[in-house]
Amino acid sequence: MSAQLRNFTGSRVFWPVVILVGLIIVDVIAFPGFLDITVKEGHLFGAPIDILRNGAPTLLIAVGMTLVIATRGIDLSVGSIAAISGAVVSALLLNSPTPDNPWTVVQAVGIALILGFILGVWNGTLVAYLKIQPIIATLILMTAGRGVAMLITEGQILTLHSKPFEWFGSGFIAGFPVAVVIAAVVLILTMLVVRRSALGMFIESVGINPEASRQAGIRSRGLLLGIYAFCALLAALAGLIITSDQTAADANNTGLFIELDAILAVVIGGTSLMGGRFSLIGTLVGVLVIQTLVTTVYIVGIPPVATMVFKAIVVIAVSLLQSPTTNEKFANWRKDRRRPTPTKAIEPTREKVSA
Amino acid sequence: MTQVLSPADAVVDMVGVTMEFPGVMALDGVDFRMYPGEVHSLMGENGAGKSTLIKVLTGVYTATAGDMHLAGSKVSFSTPAQAQDAGISTVYQEVNLLPNLSVAENIMLGREPRRFGSLDWHAMRRRAAELLEGLNLDIDPGSLLGSHSIAIQQLVAIARAVDVNATVLILDEPTSSLDTDEVAELFRVIRTLKEQGCAILFVSHFLDQVYEIADRLTILRNGRLVGEYRTEEILKIDLVQKMIGKEMASFSELEQRHRESEEEIAGTGIPFLEAKGLGRRGAIRPVDFSIDEGEVVGLAGLLGSGRTEIARLLGGIDRADSGTSEVNGKAVKLTSPRKALSKRIAFASEDRRGEGIVGDLSVRDNIALALQIERGWYRPISPKRVTELAQHYIDALNIRPADPHALVRNLSGGNQQKVLLARWLAVAPRLLILDEPTRGIDIGAKAEIQKLVFNLAENGMSVLYISAELEEVLRLSHRVGVMRDRHMVSMVENDSLSVEDLLALIAEGSEDEDEKDVVA
Repeated sequence: MSAQLRNFTGSRVFWPVVILVGLIIVDVIAFPGFLDITVKEGHLFGAPIDILRNGAPTLLIAVGMTLVIATRGIDLSVGSIAAISGAVVSALLLNSPTPDNPWTVVQAVGIALILGFILGVWNGTLVAYLKIQPIIATLILMTAGRGVAMLITEGQILTLHSKPFEWFGSGFIAGFPVAVVIAAVVLILTMLVVRRSALGMFIESVGINPEASRQAGIRSRGLLLGIYAFCALLAALAGLIITSDQTAADANNTGLFIELDAILAVVIGGTSLMGGRFSLIGTLVGVLVIQTLVTTVYIVGIPPVATMVFKAIVVIAVSLLQSPTTNEKFANWRKDRRRPTPTKAIEPTREKVSA
Repeated sequence: MTQVLSPADAVVDMVGVTMEFPGVMALDGVDFRMYPGEVHSLMGENGAGKSTLIKVLTGVYTATAGDMHLAGSKVSFSTPAQAQDAGISTVYQEVNLLPNLSVAENIMLGREPRRFGSLDWHAMRRRAAELLEGLNLDIDPGSLLGSHSIAIQQLVAIARAVDVNATVLILDEPTSSLDTDEVAELFRVIRTLKEQGCAILFVSHFLDQVYEIADRLTILRNGRLVGEYRTEEILKIDLVQKMIGKEMASFSELEQRHRESEEEIAGTGIPFLEAKGLGRRGAIRPVDFSIDEGEVVGLAGLLGSGRTEIARLLGGIDRADSGTSEVNGKAVKLTSPRKALSKRIAFASEDRRGEGIVGDLSVRDNIALALQIERGWYRPISPKRVTELAQHYIDALNIRPADPHALVRNLSGGNQQKVLLARWLAVAPRLLILDEPTRGIDIGAKAEIQKLVFNLAENGMSVLYISAELEEVLRLSHRVGVMRDRHMVSMVENDSLSVEDLLALIAEGSEDEDEKDVVA
């Protein structure tokens, strides 16, 4: 038991979990009913459910981002891909004579997802085959992508009226919001595939030492291409959920800055931007920390404009807690406190007695 | 300790130093002393704790327990900068300099001369040039460090350390990539520094060099102190025994077996791989090369002679731009490591940290890596099977610590090399290319690896063996390819060939025949 506890406190997920619990405690103090979950017409409602639902798009993207970062890469284009995917699905549904037909919605969603995948293949090609640095390669689509989304929506905010599509954002499955279920399924499937197959080991190996991995026979180009495509696919899916939730496609604002939240969640979750070992559970905790923080800001009554500042404070706190340097200093400080104190404390008193 | 060396004179006095890593006791209550004006050698096998002791001394690690005194006053370093300020300078085994800066910048880095607040480039060049001249090194201080060979870079690193005016200078395997002239040069510098009262810690696996330069030596084994001796008071054979803790008959036994089996194996004669006119511009001139099943072919030559380059072509690491290759009589294109591996050709790089091990993965994952890649990501080897596989090789190759879950980056160099070997053996190659598998490795692990090569060949595996140590090449090889100036000058049968014969071949026809030879 105590060994398990020590394992947990030493793990990368420990401090993010502490922060998360701390935030929840603050919320409960400020608003005693914070953790209450009510059931209305078989659906779950309450602040925790809101946190999960609002965090679902970020989680989807952060899952893909985790794998990308594990290969020493980064994907800045996810927000733009989300916007493109939202714009495509909206344009298709608006131009369709039967927007309430489920089959029409399935087709539109399918096209948007395929397009997202293709955009990911583009990113992957630039990174894996043309050897462009990931931050530059994905910056191209980050900036150009918003333009593409604007072209599709013709500069308008497209308002949607399609019952089956709204299900993504506001529907429920077994009491849980659809978005939460989708994100949970994606997270669990990804974890299963990555850890039950050798894929996770290959990704980490390429992230830790690309040349050694090449010499051991890994086809790293194909691996990278697949991971960027997967990340973009999830970004497109997140874009659909956001668009459905807002019942509107806004080329300028759908998924704006979501890449930063996703990267933040990955880093808070203990996956290093240097690549290598990654933790999808850590990423989940990271997303929950960010989303709970946003909610906390509302509950405690801080003006929403200050959200960013509080995000920054939490990020600094988590980074400091995780940094090896601070941990070492902390350990030294504890050691120093424990060792010399007794001798120093005893000697002067003796002198006084003898004198 | 017959001399009047009292602990009070010691410049370095470490008592009961202990260093514990998660799962590994790297140092266990070690005492260590150095006196001004002496060359002290730290001896021990891989994993004995030499590197760890050095890292504690230089502030890279902070010891878990124990005291350290420097010139009488108690010190405790938590950063390398503190150790350096206290007068301890280090030249590490792997050169830790910046290849994209100039030689002068590298030497003066962190102590750049300034004038009116900005860098004084002229003074920097001048100072660097003086230093290099003092070492009799003909290097342009303005040239990029990365444009020089590893040997030169190492000498630059030493020049840098000398410039810090160290009271203690630590040289960790400084000679492993130097030729005889350069070693002599280095020793001249060491003796000069010694006369100036500098305490020099000289760590090397070359026993002859230790006996030539060291005044005293400290022996470590498995993180514990074995003893401290004056060099002239301990026989080589006793030293080796104390280092490995057991009798060492392996080498002579190996030679015996080699002699016996020579005739049988030389008779197999079924070619496994044949290459014609294989070459790559700027790396190696076209060569013809062939290796039989169960044959060990050695490659001998100086640094930069092309011995690594030809191995990289055969392993698919670099692409050949001329020539053809055949495996078992069928034409193959060895254009990537993956293609070479699919023809059962495995290449173990000399740069094991940069191109071999995956440091942040465990021993078991590192061993299973190539096998798993061959199977494909969708057919995972079961965790139980991976652990069994790892355990098998940990036992067979005597990997320390014997923990499949230890991170490879926490292992010593020799054990990392064994993990790398295990990775390639796990895919059951038919041709194993070993580039400097014993570099920077102690004598015990060397014998184990050589014995292994021998057994593999007896079981029908072909081995291409590259080493700077000619005795090693001769001990193992059936044939030896001699490399010079980026081409193969000859391929000779190894029947009672001597080191002198080989040296003659390496030097033959070159313009300056006199002093060129290889560290043995």
